[in-house]
Amino acid sequence: MREITYAEAVREAMTQEMERDDRVFLIGEDIGKYGGAFQVSYGMLDQFGPDRILDTPITELALTGAATGAALIGMRPIAEIMFMDFTTLASEQLVNQAAKLRFMFGGKATVPMVLRTPSGSGTGAAEHHSQSLENWFVHVPGLKVVQPTTPYDVKGLLVASIRDDNPVVFVEHKQLYKVKGEVPEELYTVPLGVADVKRNGTDLSIVATGIMVSRSLAAADQLAEEGIEVEVVDPRTLRPLDTETIVNSVKKTGKALVVHEAVKTGGFGGELVAAIVESEAFGYLEAPVMRLAGKEIPIPYNRNLEYHAVPQVENIVEKAREIVQLKV
Amino acid sequence: MKLGKEEAKELLLQMWQIRAFEEQAEKSYMAGKIHGTMHLSIGQEASAVGSISVLEPEDYILGHHRGHGLCIAKDADLNLMMAEFYGKENGYCRGRGGSMHIADVDGGNLGANGVVGGGIPMAVGVGIGLKHYNKQQVILSFFGDGAASTGGFHESMILAKIFNVPVVFICENNQYAMSFPSERWMSSESLAARAELYGFPGVSVDGNDLVAVRNVVAQAVERARKGEGASLIVNDTYRWRGHSKSDRNRYRTDDEIEMWKQKDPIPRFEKYMIEKKMISKKEAEKIKEQGYADIEAARVFAEESPEPSVDTILEGVYAP
Repeated sequence: MREITYAEAVREAMTQEMERDDRVFLIGEDIGKYGGAFQVSYGMLDQFGPDRILDTPITELALTGAATGAALIGMRPIAEIMFMDFTTLASEQLVNQAAKLRFMFGGKATVPMVLRTPSGSGTGAAEHHSQSLENWFVHVPGLKVVQPTTPYDVKGLLVASIRDDNPVVFVEHKQLYKVKGEVPEELYTVPLGVADVKRNGTDLSIVATGIMVSRSLAAADQLAEEGIEVEVVDPRTLRPLDTETIVNSVKKTGKALVVHEAVKTGGFGGELVAAIVESEAFGYLEAPVMRLAGKEIPIPYNRNLEYHAVPQVENIVEKAREIVQLKV
Repeated sequence: MKLGKEEAKELLLQMWQIRAFEEQAEKSYMAGKIHGTMHLSIGQEASAVGSISVLEPEDYILGHHRGHGLCIAKDADLNLMMAEFYGKENGYCRGRGGSMHIADVDGGNLGANGVVGGGIPMAVGVGIGLKHYNKQQVILSFFGDGAASTGGFHESMILAKIFNVPVVFICENNQYAMSFPSERWMSSESLAARAELYGFPGVSVDGNDLVAVRNVVAQAVERARKGEGASLIVNDTYRWRGHSKSDRNRYRTDDEIEMWKQKDPIPRFEKYMIEKKMISKKEAEKIKEQGYADIEAARVFAEESPEPSVDTILEGVYAP
């Protein structure tokens, strides 16, 4: 099968859906001639024209609201917020309006929109361009939150998200854009709300999100050389969460480590730990469920400080080893 | 825009229905039957009815928290409105929305809204969708002077210009953003003039003159239908009651309220109709009675309607 990058997979998902359904359009900043800040929408203006690739000035709040309003009368917009940090500016329309219209109107409204945004650190962009805020939106009933980690998953999940009749916050990662993987050429979907076991193992369940999935897989390879077989579970959708897959994994291994890039306090890891401990997996636990996550700081500029601000492969290896050896 | 006798009678009835609905809302609240609060639009009837009277059934409105009058002007079922106000299961929103969030999406009423300015960006998006559907539909985006100071208003005006949307932005300037006097930063005229900076026409009008409001909105709607884009209209008006039930009226004088009561839009329109020989005083009185009777029937309907069952509390969050 041919390999394409995560960014190309996002572009392909949008392009193929837009070819199939003329209600789908893209709205965001610098998505037209510029091709998108990360070149995700490169070429799409030429193919679809300015009536479907809507370039805006700096208007996060209004473009998010515009997507909401268009969705309310049956369009299927994809709003792009250039950096997840700027979802702060879009939040009123996303959280107060898009998420709540259906419920507020007694179930008699539908808001089929996608808000796509790249999160994450490692590019030296520092405090205002590196955050991972997905848990803020997990907290809002009415939103769905998806965080794909591979080119295959990102295409299928984006197609499914566009077809979903709810507002979906689609969290990409700027360091994943260049990662290559096998992606079918045809249109396909990956269902929301279904986790994926990316690696089978018996000694420890690592539940990881975003870029921590690939780091956990790299850690798992290292740990295998020490005779430790790690199972890596990728929730893929944070809300609604596939607790069943996660619980089954922990029942099997008896040990769990949660890894994400976002700051630990108030991060999605708290949800994962609670989901495990509140379930029947509790009876199978041989060690406390631990979290590895971003340090309690904004993302610093200095390259080395930035590196140490979030979990890296060696941190995952060390923590996993501690848990398996019951040294926690 | 032409206004025939029969239509004028309907508009007069609508204004009385709004007046009666708001007065009943107040009474029900005082009798302890209403949870929460309400934002009454007594005194602003002509702004709502005059503006919406020019729409076709397939057109849209999107409003604000002081939105009962807008809903009624868009031909809401008074029973379902009152039931929603009472939080009942067979209200427009199954009791989940209440006063500030009454909506009838299928009927083209995209809702009152609890966030000041919250509806303006969405109205731009509706305009983008309407262009796609290409049926010359329009949307009226209502907001108050309070919303006109928000960043979202500014951003929305800019997007409205760029995407040339069929949106008529209507600011109901009732002189106060809760307690903040709008005259501290603008007047209806100066606000309307800002539209020029955004790149489309803006006009202010006596919001208590139904015929004047209707004519101005009709022009803007015509513009939008022809694909010529957005307009900003500022209806200069006043609310007789406080911002909400908690308002102690510390920020304005009784004299000012009394002065505006003299500009009551309803007797003004009656006078216009009588002068144009559309109606007699007696007929006008009958229409007023009809309005109050309609609301009394709605009150009975609402009070007899069932409460939502707690068993259904989780419904309606997500589309399947």
